[in-house]
Amino acid sequence: MSAAAPVLRMTGITKRFGSLVANDGISLELAPGEVLALLGENGAGKSTLVSILFGHYVADAGQIEIDGQPLPPGDTRAALARGVGMIHQHFSLAENLTVLENVMLGLEPLSRWRSDRRGALDRLQAASRDYGLTVDPHARVESLSVGERQRVEILKALVRGARVLILDEPTAVLTPRESETLFETLGRFTAAGLALIFISHRLDEVMRVADRVLVLKHGKPVLACAAAETSKSGLAAAMISGAAGVDGSGPGGEVGAAMMTRAGNAHAPRDRHEVTGPGRIHLAQLSAPGRVALQAINLSVQAGEIVAIAGVSGNGQRTLAAVLSGETAATSGRLLLDGQPLPARPRAFIDAGIARIPEDRVETGVIGEASLVENAYAHRPRDPAALRAGPLARWLGLSDRSRMRAEAARIIQRYDVRHRHADQSMRTLSGGNIQKFILGRELARDPGIIIANQPTWGLDIGAVGYIHSQLRAARDRGAAVLLISEDLDEIFALADRVAVMAGGRLSDAQPTAHWNAATIGLAMAGSHAA
Amino acid sequence: MRLERREEASRLAMVAAPVGALAFTLALCALLVAWAGAPVGRTYGLLIEGGFGSRFALTETLTRATPLILTGLAAAVAFRARLFNIGAEGQLYAGALAAVAVGGLHRGEGFALPDGLLFAGMLLAAMLAGAILLLIPAWLKLRMQVDEVVTTLLLNFIVLLFVSAMLDGPMKDPTAMGWPQSVAVKPELELGRLVERTRLHSGFLWAVGAAVLVAAIGRFTAFGFEMRAVGSHPKAAAFLGMPVGRVMLKTALLSGAAAGLAGAIEVAGRTTYVTLDMSTGIGYGGIVIAMLAGLSPIGVIVAAIFVAGIQVGADSMSRVVGVPNTITDVIVAVALLSALVAAMLVRYRVRA
Repeated sequence: MSAAAPVLRMTGITKRFGSLVANDGISLELAPGEVLALLGENGAGKSTLVSILFGHYVADAGQIEIDGQPLPPGDTRAALARGVGMIHQHFSLAENLTVLENVMLGLEPLSRWRSDRRGALDRLQAASRDYGLTVDPHARVESLSVGERQRVEILKALVRGARVLILDEPTAVLTPRESETLFETLGRFTAAGLALIFISHRLDEVMRVADRVLVLKHGKPVLACAAAETSKSGLAAAMISGAAGVDGSGPGGEVGAAMMTRAGNAHAPRDRHEVTGPGRIHLAQLSAPGRVALQAINLSVQAGEIVAIAGVSGNGQRTLAAVLSGETAATSGRLLLDGQPLPARPRAFIDAGIARIPEDRVETGVIGEASLVENAYAHRPRDPAALRAGPLARWLGLSDRSRMRAEAARIIQRYDVRHRHADQSMRTLSGGNIQKFILGRELARDPGIIIANQPTWGLDIGAVGYIHSQLRAARDRGAAVLLISEDLDEIFALADRVAVMAGGRLSDAQPTAHWNAATIGLAMAGSHAA
Repeated sequence: MRLERREEASRLAMVAAPVGALAFTLALCALLVAWAGAPVGRTYGLLIEGGFGSRFALTETLTRATPLILTGLAAAVAFRARLFNIGAEGQLYAGALAAVAVGGLHRGEGFALPDGLLFAGMLLAAMLAGAILLLIPAWLKLRMQVDEVVTTLLLNFIVLLFVSAMLDGPMKDPTAMGWPQSVAVKPELELGRLVERTRLHSGFLWAVGAAVLVAAIGRFTAFGFEMRAVGSHPKAAAFLGMPVGRVMLKTALLSGAAAGLAGAIEVAGRTTYVTLDMSTGIGYGGIVIAMLAGLSPIGVIVAAIFVAGIQVGADSMSRVVGVPNTITDVIVAVALLSALVAAMLVRYRVRA
């Protein structure tokens, strides 16, 4: 740790949202010229922590000091004035204005008649020169590349006199070359005495730029050490299991072993190593376009097994889920469901009886404004079972409310959906109850194939347990279940086999017992050596 | 200050909101009335009496409300599905023109059909004309992401110029002494009076029937559910396998047909022929009415009668006290804004 007096000190930061503890007693220190990497899975509390520092949120407990002076909570202006600068992952630039105008936005009081373009230009060019951030001050932002836009964001912070710079996943939007340039810039910043907080999922980047790392899990700090004292696999294990490295190179240690035992004992993994035939879900050399494209992936899921796709979010899971829901067509390769190719339309997948549990249950799983009754048949409102009898009623599409009501009541009762009445709108239910309703709707026809994308994300323990038991029961009835999850606890609890996704590629699906925290962590970090 | 979504709107709030909005509107407009130097109580009294207080007043109000219900319906249906149809004005004129083309050309006799069939054909032609006029922008929106607000709005002017060309050309009434007006529909096609010696015609029942039909489609059919789903949760609708594009196009047909029908009903019930000033912004008024009604088809009936009543009442009030009848526009505009705020307060609570 640096000997210089810390520029930033956060002590005992705690923040609750309802019953969720997003930050639980987090402390950190940052010296001038130092880079602290903030790591953790989605929802671990990284964004909450920096939002508190930047004044977007007020912490329930804890204190922030800058240069030894306390920073007033919840005051973004004060944070800016004291030299905290934030580079969001999604830029906040006005695209139709020039670089200079964007840098000036918010710097001058609106009450002033004339703006001081000259002075602003001088300051912009000075910052540009000092840190080697070349960008044409008079170019319109809409004509700039993503990397250049990021430079404008950084310049905005520098012109405002930032000394503590927060970078929220700065490389997520950049090409490898742009990332390279960014790292060089960050080197110049630290040389000039700026302190940096670097948020990233990418472990190799963290190992490269960080002096120290802080790993969060469920809002708690689980590892704080110098980057030199740990390794990529150590960080992966800490992120995943909530404790430090397994390969002896980092503090902590026995977790990998503990995890393996758990994987071995928590449930008896079924013996399905002798995979024969194409399986109910069969993907061969399948490539598909998306934010992260799928690259020639192979996967086969047999009847009566759960295969989990593990991985850090944003590695192509969304594209895979879109392909398996009929939303995205493959560009090459084959997808066979129950031995049949299907046209890439959601309707075709629903009609084939495939159960699809989407990642965003509130926005895509249900029609939030409609009632529970209507949502019972939301995926097939024109199914004969949902319509009145008679050819005219069929042709008009007259809904049979009483049969829809009966189906909704069945789902509600069988899947224990807590509600007030069946005519309340879906969005008034809690997330867990919405998910149970979706599960009930999708499992109603005893599907042979189930695609579950993050089925328990953000749910409370009770709902998680219930959904797990339902997925297990469906498997035991002979369904082929594909589970996409970021939660390794969930994967080890449910899966018979596990494949790891990284950068749009998929590893072989190995029996769950073959994986341990170290091998899975490395595979998630993108090394296919595992 | 932040807005938080309420779990579920309370019944009390849903009743209190429109009443509160109306009270606020009247209070605010009272300032304007007082500023004009008129006694507030008497002015409002005259306004209400002039709009609803007599047989004549009430029938005039309902006559005015008739096309407003239909154009309000056109806006409500389309807005529900997030298709922003600003073109009801043009669709109304297209419908009126189509009605005359079927029921009035050929020496004032229309097509050679029995009157019953000719009447049905006249209404169908009007609905078809309105529907097709909206189908084009809807298709452009789906296929090429062309903003339908712009296309439907500009189409209004194109239609109006087309109507003008027709009224000075092939559809001109030779007996109108040079006025740009179309030939009239066959007298047998005119709608009957609902009340003797007033202007109120059976078109009002057609409009109310249309609103009830649209409400029934929304509530009792699979298509109604799809319309609401596509409008409120487009992502979910697509994921759940709904034909989002087809639903959008069918919605456009329904919306345009309602506005086109308004044109035919105005011709058959009130004017008998088409002129360039037959609509005093009825198409645009429909948007206000739909918003006032919270996009509910049945609410549209109430909102249209309210707006028409204020218009009719203000006309007679302005003849007695020195308040210009443009107060109508102020009242309707303030009522709309307060209704929108009230609707928001029902769904959200404000946190400091």
